[in-house]
Amino acid sequence: MSIENLKTYDPFAEADDDSGQTKQTQEYIHIRIQQRNGRKTLTTVQGIPSKFDHKKILKVVKKIFACNGTIISDTESKGMGEVIQLQGDQRLKIKEFLTNKDEGLGLDDKTIKVHGF
Amino acid sequence: MIASHEDKETAMSHTARTPPLSAALEAFTDTHQEHDASAAEGAAAHSVPSDELDLTLMKKKKKKAVKIDDGEAAGDDEAPAGEDAIDLSMKKKKKKKVVKDDDDFAKKLEALNIEGKDGEEAAPAADENVQDGDMEKGTGIWQHDETKAINYEPLLSRFFTLLSQKNPDHASTGTRSYKIPPPQCLREGNKKTIFANLPEICKRMKRSEEHVTAYLFAELGTSGSTDGARRLVIKGRFQQKQIENVLRTYIIEYVTCKTCRSPNTELSKGENRLYFITCNSCGSRRSVQAIKTGFSAQVGKRRKMKTG
Ligand SMILES: [Zn+2]
Repeated sequence: MSIENLKTYDPFAEADDDSGQTKQTQEYIHIRIQQRNGRKTLTTVQGIPSKFDHKKILKVVKKIFACNGTIISDTESKGMGEVIQLQGDQRLKIKEFLTNKDEGLGLDDKTIKVHGF
Repeated sequence: MIASHEDKETAMSHTARTPPLSAALEAFTDTHQEHDASAAEGAAAHSVPSDELDLTLMKKKKKKAVKIDDGEAAGDDEAPAGEDAIDLSMKKKKKKKVVKDDDDFAKKLEALNIEGKDGEEAAPAADENVQDGDMEKGTGIWQHDETKAINYEPLLSRFFTLLSQKNPDHASTGTRSYKIPPPQCLREGNKKTIFANLPEICKRMKRSEEHVTAYLFAELGTSGSTDGARRLVIKGRFQQKQIENVLRTYIIEYVTCKTCRSPNTELSKGENRLYFITCNSCGSRRSVQAIKTGFSAQVGKRRKMKTG
């Protein structure tokens, strides 16, 4: 059972955090928002698994969300991996895209952390 | 290809249904089944011809992504010497130890639910329904000289029953009664927000201003400073509601005790750079992640580079 718990969601993860076991398996995807000048904002998505083609994701996402965006390379993000950067507050939409099983990447909800207000 | 992937998932959910798991955990396995179901739907959607450009694009992309994914999965399946294979064999061993077959077990369990205590193998899983009424009388599993190990689940419910009986205060005081003053937000000029009562709120939460500030900045993706009156000046325009939301997540993550929900906790820097939250109400201790800013886009840096 303990082996299973490591793989699936561990209901006691919060209490057992100091064991470090959950952290190894849970590499979070961070969705953040940043304010630019005025009412403009930026959405950054950090930690999408490298098995996905980030460029293609960006291409698709730009079309659906009708927004522009770029990929920040690993060197540009100072070792934080490739980051997808979108214009505007796309946090909810990108989360939906990442988790949608039919039209998105079908990732687990629990691996995604949405930051910001 | 997809099928093999699914198989893996179902296998996982099956093993998760071995006896030691009780009712609460079944919820999790249920979600897994949903996973499988929707995965199957996704597979079905593959074959359905799409009429929209958007969709075709998506499919292309998805196919590519899935291919890579499957490549890994298939590799795992084909190479029994891999790490995964070891994992699987371990799982199987586990399974065998407790039950011979899942279906068998399900049937047994059903039978047990109707007939009451019968088999020896599945008895610990079935004692939930026996245990319920007997706890207070001290019979069945709760007998004083009972040697059978009590499951986590009944023990937990016992704990909460006792807690609500002997200490109703404690059981009911959750986050609901915990109030912090609402953040006071003022606009400074056009581009800055002043968070005026940060010291007061920090005092109420028993957290250092630095820690709360770091969290606010990380979450809001901005920076700022403290002014002469110890008010926090945040770059960017933020409404009170937004600051409040961030404070709320801060409280969940760094203030309340996950065990008893009490906000009466202390944050301390433990050994090797880890931060710990120690609860003053129940004494539980948990580690919390250090505040990470993560990636932050270079907003306005270009302007600086131009001038500099
Ligand atoms: Zn506590």
